[in-house]
Amino acid sequence: MLLARLTEANGAPGQEGEVRDLIRAELEAHVDEIKTDALGNLIAIKNPDAPGPRVMLAAHMDEVALMIVGIESNGYLKFRPIGGVDPRVLVAKSVVVGAKKVPGVIGSKPIHLQKPAERERPFTIQELLIDIGAKTKEEAERLVKLGECAYFTTKYEEIGNGKIKAKALDDRVGCELAIRLLQEDVSFPLIAAFTVQEEVGLRGAGVATYQVKPDLALVLEGTTASDVPGTDEHKHATTVGAGPCITVIDRVSIPYPPLVQELFALADEEGIKVQVRRNTAGGTDAGRIQMSEEGVKVATIAVPCRYIHSPVSVMSKDDYEGAYKLVKSYLKRLQEREASN
Amino acid sequence: MEIKQVLRSLSEASGVSGYEHGLNSLVQENCPWADEIKTDKLGNVIMLKKGQGSGPRPKVMLAGHMDEIGLIITKIEKEGFLRFGTIGGFDQRVLLAQEVVVHGRKPLTGVIGAKPPHVQAAGEQSKAVSMEDLFIDVGFDSQAEAEEHVTVGDLVTMKRDVLDLQSSFMAGKSFDDRAGVAAIFECFKVLAKVSHDADVYGVATVQEEVGLRGAITSTYGIVPDIGIAIDVGFGDSPGLPESDTIKLGQGPGIAIGPHVHPKLHTRMVETAKEWNISFSSDPSPYPGGTDAYAIQVARAGVATILLSIPLRYMHTPIETLDYEDVRRTGRLMAMFIAGLDNDFVEGLTCF
Repeated sequence: MLLARLTEANGAPGQEGEVRDLIRAELEAHVDEIKTDALGNLIAIKNPDAPGPRVMLAAHMDEVALMIVGIESNGYLKFRPIGGVDPRVLVAKSVVVGAKKVPGVIGSKPIHLQKPAERERPFTIQELLIDIGAKTKEEAERLVKLGECAYFTTKYEEIGNGKIKAKALDDRVGCELAIRLLQEDVSFPLIAAFTVQEEVGLRGAGVATYQVKPDLALVLEGTTASDVPGTDEHKHATTVGAGPCITVIDRVSIPYPPLVQELFALADEEGIKVQVRRNTAGGTDAGRIQMSEEGVKVATIAVPCRYIHSPVSVMSKDDYEGAYKLVKSYLKRLQEREASN
Repeated sequence: MEIKQVLRSLSEASGVSGYEHGLNSLVQENCPWADEIKTDKLGNVIMLKKGQGSGPRPKVMLAGHMDEIGLIITKIEKEGFLRFGTIGGFDQRVLLAQEVVVHGRKPLTGVIGAKPPHVQAAGEQSKAVSMEDLFIDVGFDSQAEAEEHVTVGDLVTMKRDVLDLQSSFMAGKSFDDRAGVAAIFECFKVLAKVSHDADVYGVATVQEEVGLRGAITSTYGIVPDIGIAIDVGFGDSPGLPESDTIKLGQGPGIAIGPHVHPKLHTRMVETAKEWNISFSSDPSPYPGGTDAYAIQVARAGVATILLSIPLRYMHTPIETLDYEDVRRTGRLMAMFIAGLDNDFVEGLTCF
């Protein structure tokens, strides 16, 4: 399954190569043009010169990761998160580091040597180290370079009732959707922008949009779901299994209201279960895309994912299929509109 | 049988305290050198390698515990999430975002979750997520759906494949104390090539993590002259004082303390030096926490010693060791046993 390969590929912000190569190989045969730009965005285009609206699908390739910032004299690696990572999720996890995929673990003091009060206080990033089993700084330096990143080793697996657990579902699920949707048969220009550096400030999307010059953009995301015990229902933001969510507003964008309304109406007509994203925080590439040049109409469609930005997140296959059907129906509608013009 | 492969299969197998029976066949398969293998009523697996000569032969018991710490399901929430308690000592901070196997009607992969940071109140992120706020997500949408697969009381183990680190380091779960069990195999393997008077009982003990219970019953049954417990010791790691740890890659720690018979200690150190097996000195002011504690006070008392395999990040799913240390531990025990005779054993009660 493509999503398995996409989530098991590694791509820190600015180091998206592995993901980019995978997507390029997947799409090359299906598009008219495929190119990269100065930041590393991958832009795949169907029907570049055809009449009709230029429609852009956008998904980011990067994931949160840990950047190696120091190598200790005893061979341990110091790191800092690149993108938002709660340090509490890092303890006692395994990682692979850098181009050589050197295996390592993030260790902690054994419980036997702790005082009970210590267990109430989270480990800080400064206290945590990656142990690759190197005995000296020199040995570690032969394997790992400063600035390389460490990634979680989580394997893709289907669990429970139609759920998927994997790392980096934010936003490889969006990448997978864009790859599949780009294979739709349309006559108008359809472009997929696989963006870089979303996790460190939506850096790639503006640059990509400037080149693509879309009339309309659909941002495909994996977004947070807080539908878990201990969270009041009004704070759930999204619910896993209740269908893909459509954003009305977030911290960086107000998606184009007529487009948002059209998507809700279309979902209703097609019998696709959808939900409103019930949280105004968080930001996606839509913020940058919307502000490109003189402005672009955008909508954000996301698959709810629990435990994002941690070693392992969980989503529903039905929500994913719902997102696929919704966008596919929308593209079909655009195609019908074009045909009648 | 390659030691790495033995350690890997032992580590990746499941056997929480009291529920170790799934490991029995794995233990037996990996010990072809035993003359007899039996299990006792608590589930201890006892492997006997007979000594040469007509006897009376000294009896040596080797104990490594095969149980691992784990979790137990205590409640199924209406949304299908599972609440849990612990079996053995877990730092609550290592549990968040771990993958687990819930041993329900069939094994289920789950994820330990908590409410995400952005819905936490100000200040909550500066506290560790407490055990009672954690839950297991197995991907079911309701209590009824979950109950078709999971029952309160089902056991949970960490889901973790062994990771090969640099040189001979390995990381994984349950090396505490499956590494001790692997050291017993190594000992038997060496003993198969050398002559020894003593009858050797290698015991994969049960329920160590909840109170050394398997060592109590197995020692009573075997009535050994000498007991050697093989457990893991705190490996050198950042933030731990050197005096509390033993170094990975430098062989076992030979413990000295109230639970170690002074003559056994002297003989073990001499053996290590004679055969050029590296070791660390491991002073243990408090005698508890390992099977040695139970073996020592069985029946009329047993001369006991403890060997510690250095292990980093104990009681986490990424415990890290050097497999060469496991091999060294096995070899040291074998050479120690090969050097035993009745005179030495009789001297153990003379203070």
